[in-house]
Order: sequence, then C-alpha cells, then structure tokens
Amino acid sequence: MNFGFSEEQNLLRDQVVRFMTEACPMTKVRELSNTPSRFDADLWQQMADLGWLGLTIPEAYGGLELKWVDLTVVLEETAAGLCPLPLVSHALSCAAILECGSAAQKSQWLPALASGEAICTLALYDDPNWIDAAAIKATANLEDGKLMLAGVKPFVNDAMSADYFLLAVYGPDGLALAAVGKEQVTVTSQPVMDQTKAVGSIDLNGVTIAHDQLLPMSPDQLSYLTDCGAVAITAEMVGAANAILQLTSEYAKERIQFGKPIGQYQGVKHRLAEIFVDVESFRSLCYYAAWTVDDARDELPRAASLAKGYASDAFAQIGIDGVGLHGAIGFTAEYDAQLYLKRSKWARPMYGDSDFHLDRVATLGGL
Amino acid sequence: MDFDYTADEQTFREEVRSFLREHLPPKSDRGKDFIHTWLEKVRAKGWIGFSWPKEFGGSDGGLIEQAILKEEMALAKAPPLGTSFMGLAWVGPGIMKYGTQAQKEKFIPDILDSKVTWCTGYSEPNYGSDLAAIQCKAVTDGDCYVVNGQKIWTTGASWSDWIILLVRTGFDGASKHDGITCLLVPMDSPGLEVRPIENMAGDKHFAEIFFTDMRVPVENRLGDEGEGWNVTISALANERSSIGEVTQMFDKLDRLKILVKQCSKQGKPASADPIVRRTVASFEMKIAAMKYNGLRYLTKQIRGEPLTSETSVNKLHRASLEIEMDDFALQLTGQSGLQLRGGESTVDRGVWSKSALNWPNVVIGGGTPNIQRNIIAERILGQPKD
Repeated sequence: MNFGFSEEQNLLRDQVVRFMTEACPMTKVRELSNTPSRFDADLWQQMADLGWLGLTIPEAYGGLELKWVDLTVVLEETAAGLCPLPLVSHALSCAAILECGSAAQKSQWLPALASGEAICTLALYDDPNWIDAAAIKATANLEDGKLMLAGVKPFVNDAMSADYFLLAVYGPDGLALAAVGKEQVTVTSQPVMDQTKAVGSIDLNGVTIAHDQLLPMSPDQLSYLTDCGAVAITAEMVGAANAILQLTSEYAKERIQFGKPIGQYQGVKHRLAEIFVDVESFRSLCYYAAWTVDDARDELPRAASLAKGYASDAFAQIGIDGVGLHGAIGFTAEYDAQLYLKRSKWARPMYGDSDFHLDRVATLGGL
Repeated sequence: MDFDYTADEQTFREEVRSFLREHLPPKSDRGKDFIHTWLEKVRAKGWIGFSWPKEFGGSDGGLIEQAILKEEMALAKAPPLGTSFMGLAWVGPGIMKYGTQAQKEKFIPDILDSKVTWCTGYSEPNYGSDLAAIQCKAVTDGDCYVVNGQKIWTTGASWSDWIILLVRTGFDGASKHDGITCLLVPMDSPGLEVRPIENMAGDKHFAEIFFTDMRVPVENRLGDEGEGWNVTISALANERSSIGEVTQMFDKLDRLKILVKQCSKQGKPASADPIVRRTVASFEMKIAAMKYNGLRYLTKQIRGEPLTSETSVNKLHRASLEIEMDDFALQLTGQSGLQLRGGESTVDRGVWSKSALNWPNVVIGGGTPNIQRNIIAERILGQPKD
C-alpha cells in the first residue's frame, strides 16, 4: 500500500509547473483566450516533445505507456494555470481509440496523436445535462454501402483546434464512435462562459464515412469513457481549485482592513480552511479514481463518481468564494480570480454534475 | 501509487483475521469474563501498544500494519485494544519521550497490561480552547508540589486510576506557554475531589475535578518544570492514522442504508427519494474522502515527510458527519426516531436517538471545529494568528 507519487511523477510535476511558468503564463493564456481555437501549435509541439501527448499511449504506438495517475499530474498542473490547450480532449481520444479501436485503427491514429501531428477530440452526449446512452441522438445509417451520418453534435470540446473528431452515434449495429476529419464537416464555434475553453457544434447531416471510420462502442465502454472524462475533468478541477485557494490565501495575508490583514479575521480564515478541506478531499478521491482506471477498473465507476460528485459542487462554491473573499478587485476582468470562477462553472456539468454522480453512488451503494 | 497490499502486509492481515475468527465470539456470546481474557490474548500477541518500541514492551509495528490491525479490529467490531485509551494515546508516548527511567518502569507496563486507566486533566472552567492559559496552580514545598485549582470536562475521571495533569508553576513567563508543568497523579490523592457532570444524553462520562492543597511528589513530574506545553504538544502529535474510525463510519453508513430501505417518506419508499439518495451518497463521499486523505497522510508519515496539520482535515469531516448522520436518521424516522430505548415504536433499539445527543464527545473533545479551522488556516495556509 502506497498512496503517494513516485520520484518520477514528482519530477514530471516540476516539469509541468516550469512549463506553465515559462511557456504558458497567464498573459499567454489570456492571449490565447482571444483566439477562436484557443490553440497554439508551438506550445502543442513542446508538449509533444516533452512526451505528455503520448503519456498513456503504449510504446508500440510511439507513446510512453504510463498511467492515468501520471496523466493526472499533467492535467492538474496545466489547469492550475488554466492552460487552454486541448489536453483533456486529447487524453480522452487516446482512451477511446485504445478502448474501442481495432488493431488497424490504433496503428493508424495513435502514433500521430503521440507525436502531436494530429489533434483529436471526443464528444459523447447530445443533451446538455443528461449522461445516458439515450442522450446520444446522432446516427450513422447504412446507405449504398456507405455510412451516412445524421444529427448535430452540439457540445464538442476543442472542436476548432481538432483535426479529427470521435463522435458518439447510433450505427447499424448499435452504439459507435464515428471518426470524422475536420474537412468532412461544418464546425460552428460557440461562445462559452469560460473563455479558456473552446466549444463548437458539428453538423453531421449529409456526411458519409467509410466503414473503417466507425469504432463499435458497448454501453460499458461508453460508461468507461464517461468515467475517464470525469476523472480527467476532476484532475483539472484539483489544480484550478488549489490555484484560486493560493491566490485568495495570499491576498488575505496582504490586504489590510481595520488595521489588520483580512486573513486574521475568522470570517475569512475559516472559509479558507474549509476550502482547503474540500480541495484536499476531492484531490484524494481524484488520485484514487485515477489509479482505478489502470489498476482496479471494477472500482472505477464508484471512484469516479465520488470524485466528480465532490468536486462539482465544492469547486463551484470555491470559485464563488474565491472571487467574493477578494471583494471588488475579484470582480474585475483584469484580475485572475474571475477566470477560475468561470472554470468552476464550466467543469461542473462536464461528464456529469453532482446530481448525476451522487445518485450513481447511491445506486452502486445498494440504494 | 499502489493501493494493493504487499505479500507481507496481506499475510499480517490474514494473521489478524484468523486470530479474530478463533478468539472473538459474537457480541451476544461475550460474557462477563470475556474482556479480561480478550485483553490477555491481544497483549500476548503484542497488539496493545503495537507501534511502541520493543524496549518498552511494544511490537515496533509499522504504520501500515497498525492501520491493518485497526481496520480489521473495527471490521470485526472487536473491543478496543487496551482499556486505557488516554494511557495508550497520550500518557504512554509522553512518558516514553519525557519520562525518567523510574517512571517508564512504573507506568508503561501497567498501561500495556490494562491494569491502570488514565484520564487527562487539561481544560479548566475558563480555559478550554485556550488551553495554554490554564491557571490551576502548583507551588513547590520541599519534595512536593502543592496543587490548588480546578479541572473540568475530564472524560473518565470517575473511573480512572491516574490523571495526567497540566498545572501552572510559572507566572511571569514571556509567553503563556512558559510555566506549564505536567504532573502524574493518582486519582485517590488526598485533596482531589471528582464531581461527575451529566451530559445532555443522560450519561456521566465527564466530570469536574477540584484540587485543594493536593500534594504531588516531585518525582511524579513528567518532563522538566515549565516543559509541560511541549509534553502536551508531543502527545497530540502522536495521533496516528484514522483508519479505524473510518471503518466504523462505513459501518454506520451501512446501518443508515438499511434504515433508509425500511423507511418511507410521504408514503413512498425513502430509498427512491432524490434528496434521501443524495444525502446518503454525500455521507459516503465524505467518508471515502477521509479514507483516502488518511492513506495519503499515512504514506507521507511512512516516507518521513513532514505532516503539518493535515489531520485536522479529517477531524472536520468527522465532526460534521457525526452530527449529520444521526440527525438525518432522526429526520428520516420521524416521530419513531424520537423514541428512546424501550418505547413501542423505538427504531433500532434507540441507537440513533442516543447517538444524536452524543456528538459533542467527538466534535468538541480534542479541539472544536473552529479550532481545527484556525489550525489549518494558520499552520498550513500561513494566515496570521487571531
């Protein structure tokens, strides 16, 4: 039994922190937030060179063959600086191909993902707030020996930077992921509250794909990818929540009112302590869930739901209180606290909010 | 990161389990002599004071093994390992670190052999959370200290044999932490009077203690004069993993789920009610968080990394869960839940209605939630002191 990071994982963490400080500081994040894609090819290539893009890809396909615990380290620290690049979408695409792809499909796509040549994203559900196979509306029907797609995928993360999309559809044999290239479809960028995240809709109507562009997906696999999504988003929430805690905590030490730092007043310091309790707690649940992805998959559904169920509400309140404890300065666009509040709103429904996850915990626990 | 246990750890767990199968009868079959035999057996296994050094009669047990031992004991609903909780948790470790050779020889074996029960004389009427400001006074007279003053909220004072007592021996120190001294005192000392206090649950677990010209030999001082605060802090720092209490809380959660399945709400099954489901799941979420927080902190300890005050995190979770779980059970069971043991509609033999009044034992004892928040804000986040 050992619930700590290895020496290598700590070095990886140092590397990500250094990268964020040097290559992707908040000035860069704000600059990218003003572009439609929130993407930077140079930064992406640096990430590929550091091996981050092939972290969970087997060595046979050009990756490092590490685990989700390692991925968690990268997602946590990049999210601490609100890095807008499509790391979560990328990691989930890798998981989807590894899980649902044939040997040929893996050989075809994974090496390009590991090297950073191709950017891919994943979109599962078509309902704004429903995690269920029935919330997938898009279809792929057989017509003249080809697969004709129909429907609109309304919530595709990182749609404007991706070269390829893995989109959940109902195919001739049931659930599947349709692998579609960006040149085949119309992508419409959507304005979204968190400007560090890019979302687009994809119109699939009239698009045809070849049979080898379809990856069959069982309901269990859909559930697995949803859980992976919940773990990845929670890892980002750990990093972002801790960052706004540190920002607010430092401010409370410096801001003087009534002759004392505001952190001396229990109304402020106790709320900071409670935020620490929450971040510590969903951090522990997140690390455990990340470990189950590779090492105890039977426990993943409950572990992922415990982590995302905790983080969804806790981070939302942390975002609000992080801004609120700052007073008026926290409300300004120029100050960074507000960006974390927006991230907390963005992360809440992704791969299930607390209503979904806690109800699942109740079901899995026998209620 | 690896949550699987090593082969050695598994072997130890099996050893504990097979011991329990052989020596722990079901609760209904535990007669009057059971506890005595039980204590002799676990003592012989070296499981009382398991983590203590061998030179003091412990087993030098590792942190993981200790956690396994506690977890298995809690799962089997075994009685505590040893009768003196305070003796094992605070007094023994304090004596091992600060005691004289004579004190070590006199006190340690009796704690391990469950011959002596200890209580802790810390709080006073005017000084609870502000412990370092205590005023109970001790002055030297020849080879004795003469103690005058009062302690209060002393758990187990009525049935303990000895008390570890914090007194003030210095009155003009630069800080209130100076001038505190720690004394080891038999509860039958002349000049010591115990007056039990009834709590809101109707129990008399704690008491006031009055000291009038009580004489304590200097040889019963633990540590140097004026060193009492450090002795106390080191005892507090000795607190170990919370794995045993997490196991107990999962057990309570299981009992709560059984209750939910038996109850209805507005004529419909309570288990189908979204608020009920969400509430129970959020308890599970917090208990699971305590479990994995605890394992993270345990790993830090094993690696010799500094543990600042992270254990306060789990204390805060425990405090809110202690209050909320019983309260939820009461709300769920409506008017039946209010009936005490022996009533016609009493639920679960009155355990919920009883424990719904007993939370201050856990929530206030050992530092109130607001004190835990101060500790986290000041020692971990570096906020200025109040």
